[in-house]
Amino acid sequence: MFSGNFFDMRFSFWLKFLWLWVALTCAPAYAQFRVEVSGVGLTQVPISFVPFKGQDASPQKISQIVQADLERSGQFRAVAAAGAGTLDELTLPNLSIFRQVGADALVSGSVNKLADGRFDVRFRLWDVVKGQDMGGQSFAVASAELRLAAHRISDYVYEKLTGDKGAFSTRIAYVTKAAQRYQLWVADADGENASPALASVEPIISPAWSPDGNQLAYVSFESRKPVVYVHDVSSGKRRLIANFKGSNSAPAWSPDGKTIAVTLSLSGGSQLFLLNANGGSAPRRLMQSGSIDTEPVFAPDGQHIYFVSDRGGSPQIYRTSLLGQNVERITFTGTYNISPAPSPDGRWLAYISRVGGAFKLHVLELQSGQSRAISNTSADESPSFAPNGKLLVFATQQQGKEALMTTTLDGGVKASLSGQSGDIREPHWGPFAR
Amino acid sequence: MKRLFWVVALCATLTACGTSVPLTDVPVSDATAKPVAAGSAPGATASAPPGGVAPVDLTTQNPQASVAAETRLVYFDYDSFVIKPEFQSLIAEHARLIKSQAGRKAVIEGHTDERGGREYNLALGQKRAEAVVSALTVLGVSGAQLEAVSFGKEKPAAQGADEAAFAKNRRAEIRYR
Repeated sequence: MFSGNFFDMRFSFWLKFLWLWVALTCAPAYAQFRVEVSGVGLTQVPISFVPFKGQDASPQKISQIVQADLERSGQFRAVAAAGAGTLDELTLPNLSIFRQVGADALVSGSVNKLADGRFDVRFRLWDVVKGQDMGGQSFAVASAELRLAAHRISDYVYEKLTGDKGAFSTRIAYVTKAAQRYQLWVADADGENASPALASVEPIISPAWSPDGNQLAYVSFESRKPVVYVHDVSSGKRRLIANFKGSNSAPAWSPDGKTIAVTLSLSGGSQLFLLNANGGSAPRRLMQSGSIDTEPVFAPDGQHIYFVSDRGGSPQIYRTSLLGQNVERITFTGTYNISPAPSPDGRWLAYISRVGGAFKLHVLELQSGQSRAISNTSADESPSFAPNGKLLVFATQQQGKEALMTTTLDGGVKASLSGQSGDIREPHWGPFAR
Repeated sequence: MKRLFWVVALCATLTACGTSVPLTDVPVSDATAKPVAAGSAPGATASAPPGGVAPVDLTTQNPQASVAAETRLVYFDYDSFVIKPEFQSLIAEHARLIKSQAGRKAVIEGHTDERGGREYNLALGQKRAEAVVSALTVLGVSGAQLEAVSFGKEKPAAQGADEAAFAKNRRAEIRYR
């Protein structure tokens, strides 16, 4: 993907044309979100989704949610097939109908309300080309969990057809601002089904999921200064873990969940410290510098920390060992590189770089050092990888409003997340469920 | 004459702050003292709320009153932490008044304009607040009476994406507690 065939200006016209074509032909089908497709050489699996039998009487249209998930991933292209009739997971479909429209795969299923009020959701995946049954699953879920059941179907299909684990049934945290009210939300990975975790009249920033997905660390200004809390999501119980003199910010969990890196100014200047996640110990200074050091984030190996420092005269991304030694500069292009986010496999680093006054999401291949901008927007912030490393979520501005977008790592497929009105910011993608 | 204005204005501010609850500032409560635990889930997922997320609402317990007093504001140039000469007399008056009351504590809040990342702006605002703290310290104020904190770009004084708004937002505010 990054082997040197970078975006070529010659494709520019064709990309615009392609966008227009996608917008015109596909827009009405996905009222839920907008997907932009760009780039060439995208290999997408053509797949058909038949409305699940009984989903008209269900609060959630399962097949539409699965379709939206898979399209947002950038690896699938929905293919409509007329005249397939009503299918469920038990029906042997007439696959020739789907072959004719070029579909390689087919998802069918059913939704039935059970006597106890729950819903029975079943599906089956077909390999249309080989005419093979690729298996299926069933879930008995409460009405509120129907979307989760749909995301689990997406995970199954994604893994069967791409070989990679799906991350559709994971959760993201984000912050909204409406009037003078800030809220921290926990939502499905598609931005829907959001539950409020915290409401405050003062700002909330930098939410960070614990590796087990049970807790969020974040910065709250509720006491008229930035302090760091750890918040148990299911109980709502909160612990102040950094409330030292000065500012306390930028929490990041170690992969084992035992340590939280933070930026503290307790002894002057913004400096990096490590805290015991359970509290009860003095902050351990990671390193001492006369510059701004902030935005620490653990590398997936748990042995290194990426951070932002202006020690070279402008904010750049560096990497250090956990002992604060062997500090290595990572970004060299541009004069403003912030908000590092390593991919779960440690191969990529997403970050924000200022380019001619615009703040743009970049992805850097750490091995080769090659980097490029992957967004079309100009006020990007806070990138975060999906736990399978295949998508990024980031905050940006669209039509003058703060909004969240997802993108593939090459920038080829982007989607705006919906589910909230007003300004949405500070996304952080949670881990796989355990 | 200008000097007299600052003295009068500051005395007024400090007198107001002398009451038990300052009118211009929100009293800071230790959030650990009263954790807001919404919903008690004794280990059972069945008692967890829909979506497994228990909501916590702080909006009813921390009413914010914000009064912009010109006598408490120090403005900065773009990407700068240098206190400009026109603010030296303001800082000198604050230094004199803080020194005159040993029990008085001042919090210096640093702010930035909206450009760039939230956390990096928080660090930039911290540098501005600390510049004011060191200017006060140079004038003999005890560090124990001062705290530098930052709001980054989270609390703009002026809305807008033009230089006029940016200039109003690049500031440090001196607040008494």
